[in-house]
Amino acid sequence: MVHQYKLNGYNIVLDTCSGSVHAVDEVAYDIIAMYENSDSEQIVTAMLEKYADCPDITREEILECIDDVTALKEQGKLFTKDEYENLAFDYKNNSKVIKAMCLHIAHTCNLNCSYCFASQGKYQGDRALMSFETGKQAFDFLIANSGSRRNLEVDFFGGEPLMNFEVVKQLVGYARSVEKEHNKNFRFTLTTNGVLLDDDIIEYLNKEMSNVVLSLDGRKEIHDHFRVDYHGNGSYDKILPKFKELVEKREGKNYYMRGTFTHNNTDFTKDIFHMADLGFKELSMEPVVCPPDDPYALTEEDLPVLFEQYEILAREMVRRKKAGDGFTFYHYMLDLANGPCIYKRITGCGSGTEYMAVTPWGDLYPCHQFVGDEKYLLGNIWDGVKNTEVQDEFRYCNAYARSECKDCWAKLYCSGGCAANSYHATGSVMGVYKYGCELFKKRIECAVMMKVAEAEE
Amino acid sequence: MSRIKTIETRDMKKSVANGGCGECQTSCQSACKTSCGVANQQCENNNK
Repeated sequence: MVHQYKLNGYNIVLDTCSGSVHAVDEVAYDIIAMYENSDSEQIVTAMLEKYADCPDITREEILECIDDVTALKEQGKLFTKDEYENLAFDYKNNSKVIKAMCLHIAHTCNLNCSYCFASQGKYQGDRALMSFETGKQAFDFLIANSGSRRNLEVDFFGGEPLMNFEVVKQLVGYARSVEKEHNKNFRFTLTTNGVLLDDDIIEYLNKEMSNVVLSLDGRKEIHDHFRVDYHGNGSYDKILPKFKELVEKREGKNYYMRGTFTHNNTDFTKDIFHMADLGFKELSMEPVVCPPDDPYALTEEDLPVLFEQYEILAREMVRRKKAGDGFTFYHYMLDLANGPCIYKRITGCGSGTEYMAVTPWGDLYPCHQFVGDEKYLLGNIWDGVKNTEVQDEFRYCNAYARSECKDCWAKLYCSGGCAANSYHATGSVMGVYKYGCELFKKRIECAVMMKVAEAEE
Repeated sequence: MSRIKTIETRDMKKSVANGGCGECQTSCQSACKTSCGVANQQCENNNK
């Protein structure tokens, strides 16, 4: 499948099934658009007519370009056929390993952010902290079900995981004590609002966590609008110095400053640039996930504004990189030459199959976004997955599972999208969250454009 | 190819044969948590 678009002065052609990206001039762009449904003479006639004012565009030039397009097709870099559908279903059916867990170490939080998808960390339930014994069993469950996978990932999540920091440390210690004998390599992530960070915790996180996700929404007034304590006080001034210290001492290890934008700040690039100007260089900003009738929910009218924002972001990132002051944005981090293989591209995030969330009391859910929804309770860490009907629903999720995705050029970039987003938007994990699709496609177009811009330098 | 510049990319067709080890990061272990992006994860297959 070929997707053509124009952005930031570039004419870009994606051959999605081979993964190829071509930057082309206007004539080639038009020729490629006609190529599959026209013969050479029809293309020549159309091009000579369209470019009649351009004397250098001759019949010979056009025929040469058509030959180039044919050569790319023969090399498997244009008009590549989509032959991955069976692969997608077979791969997930045959894969029975679990390799990643979102460990809900604390179902409680010291902030009271009204936009929180986890309802202030409680996930529609009671406040709870995971015990060491439950966490240890979760690690044993993961190791026992990970087959030959060496890299295992555990995200300490909440709520606010630092409210149960002693258990985090005990569990990391336990995992490190058993990983070698099982030939495993644990990689830990911790997501925090920063309130409880101190020097000792910062030192510990920078030593043990391969990634930390630091919640910051950007400008002070934006951040403090939602991210408040139980007295209604904003947290920006309290957490910012701690985040700065943590990142300064990180010594090159991964981190993300992760924000959420809502209808209230559709000019969210100002928040991203604010974070970059504070010295943070690994940034992420996600659209809010909430019911459509919430006052801060993103609207249809916001969509063109958000498209423009993503373009502004991409152009500014190109400019800053050239100026030696670049930063990364999670959704624009494409590695075209050494990125994920086709299996990753078609099978999705692995929720419910190779990735699961564990509650403080040891229940298993397909991912953190389903926790608290009893319909999606998969089982627990002592007895394993018992609800195979729900698990099969997730096993079936892939880039080819939804009819709406059949002709979508972006399906090998999103793999059919987030099952939780689909569920919350349509009532089914097999539905399609169209709003999210539109944002996703724009982000990919921007990300590829940035790669083209780099290659043009 | 004066009118077409091809950027270096991983060949998806070839990765049918040399991919699928599953050692790469789960997307929600990074900064996602509320969306699905599979194209921005790094490949960790040493045998590709």
